[in-house]
Amino acid sequence: MRRLLQSIPLLLCISLVIFIVLENAPGGPLAPYLQNPHITQSDILRLRHNFGLDRPIIFRYASWLLAVLHGDFGYSTSNAMPVTQALLERLPATLELMLTAFFLSLLLGGMAGILAALMPHSLYDHIVTTFAFIGQSMPVFWFALMLQLLFAVHGISGFGYILQLPSAGICATDDCPLSDRIEHLILPAFVLALVSLATWSRFLRASMLDVLGADYLRTARAKGLRSFSVILKHALPNAVTPLVTIIALSLPGLVAGALVTETIFAWPGMGRLFSTALGQSDFSLLMGYLMFVSVFVVLCNILADVAYALLDPRVRYD
Amino acid sequence: MRDTSFWVRFRRHKVACIGGCVLLCLAFIACFAHLLAPADPNFIDEAHWNGLPLAPGVAGHLLGTDENGRDLLARLIYGARISLTVALGAVIMQIGIGTFLGALSGYYRGWVDSIVMRLTDVVLSIPLLPLLLVLTALVAASSNKASLGFGTIVLIIGGLSWPPVARLVRADFLSLREKEFADAARAIGCSDLRIICIHLLPNALGPIIVQATLSVADVIITESTLSFLGFGIQPPTASWGNMLANAQANMAIAPWAAIFPGAAILLTVIAVNYLGDGLRDTFDPQR
Repeated sequence: MRRLLQSIPLLLCISLVIFIVLENAPGGPLAPYLQNPHITQSDILRLRHNFGLDRPIIFRYASWLLAVLHGDFGYSTSNAMPVTQALLERLPATLELMLTAFFLSLLLGGMAGILAALMPHSLYDHIVTTFAFIGQSMPVFWFALMLQLLFAVHGISGFGYILQLPSAGICATDDCPLSDRIEHLILPAFVLALVSLATWSRFLRASMLDVLGADYLRTARAKGLRSFSVILKHALPNAVTPLVTIIALSLPGLVAGALVTETIFAWPGMGRLFSTALGQSDFSLLMGYLMFVSVFVVLCNILADVAYALLDPRVRYD
Repeated sequence: MRDTSFWVRFRRHKVACIGGCVLLCLAFIACFAHLLAPADPNFIDEAHWNGLPLAPGVAGHLLGTDENGRDLLARLIYGARISLTVALGAVIMQIGIGTFLGALSGYYRGWVDSIVMRLTDVVLSIPLLPLLLVLTALVAASSNKASLGFGTIVLIIGGLSWPPVARLVRADFLSLREKEFADAARAIGCSDLRIICIHLLPNALGPIIVQATLSVADVIITESTLSFLGFGIQPPTASWGNMLANAQANMAIAPWAAIFPGAAILLTVIAVNYLGDGLRDTFDPQR
């Protein structure tokens, strides 16, 4: 609860930054009218007065903030609908992609990292570590292009049939059978997962190695517990706990990755909406997206702190 | 004495040394791009170009040409110059701002610290890439020019990526200011500026150098992503990112135009990361 209260000034500061950027958008909120030859200078002035745009900046910020708190981010010119509606329409697709990528990296990264820690300096460990390093250094958009080249343009052939995956969109037809949706999901989800997968597996390997060398594990083994249950019950929980912080730290990166991935794979999510709006100077939508994403990051950070305290009884927030 | 032991320890990290060598080569290529490039990066080979990208090896183009008939190798070499300069500029700026703010907030603590740390929180909470995209779009729209200045990109990236540096330097300064040598400097009447710059800063240099190295990798990826999306370095200036922008549409007929620029980015970033990793191990007193 206290963490929630602490985040209010932070969110206010973020909103102020976003408002200032919005204020400096070329043409201001009346930009669409300035281009219209049928609207005279006096009309502009009247509109400006009617919308309260001639008031001091602090009043304009207050009324903007009030509207934002009511969920009103203004009108998106490139979509011809309110920003909130445009964003919410795209939210399910983004969530689908991000959650799939999230669990994919947690599952694959987790397994790869833990197994590597269980056999340190083995061939498997070297392979995992090297691939994790390359994965962390990978420019996401290029990786996406290469996967498209491999799977969509040419297709991987072997065992007598060709594996070809779609490279764009969320499904091919209107009725969207589940198998089609999954086919469309594979490439973007894997591209989005790559960086976090690599980071988390590297981290888990290191933290698991730390834990495996700890005294209480030697005690557990000395008590005669089977090594499998030692690893599962004693080592794993302690190695996974610090991962919560790492996951929270990589969320902004996941958001940015989703933006790039959605753009390349024509995935109809919020990120693609954002990059389309970018080309059309639709600043209300851009700011709405930024605010939305920042709130998401702040909330996830709080969630991570709470989860950390729950998982590790030594940590307490008063 | 300290120098030799540093080199001895660093040389043990073979991959880091290789990474450093690769980077030196790239820096060399970037410096002498005008001598090394086989052609002018914007020269259109009209004699051979028939509207389609030329394949590698055709008509003397070692890596082929892009969709406009420009030599890919020449553009890659000039792209190295752009990518490395942007990275260098942005990292210097980021380290400058981050070290300054971090040192202030770690040394003086109190209200200075609160303000600086809240500011870092704010910048860190807004995902960097969308914010950069909005700002570059904003600058592009309000300057009425199609092309974004090269300096603008450096300023925007450097001006927004300093918070991790500030946090790192602050943490170092918080512990360094309590050390005996800091007390001693204070006792003989050194000014705050002198204590910060001459006594504390050199002791915090290791982590800063490591952070700077790893940041180079981040900036290269950020700049190429911006350029790929069309809001970074603008064509016709070649950058590894904007070379890939048109490659997606032509991927079926000209995969080489998509493969080489990305491979250059990947190679550079891996080299930087291995170098940074090796430096971290070398500076880390625990090892």
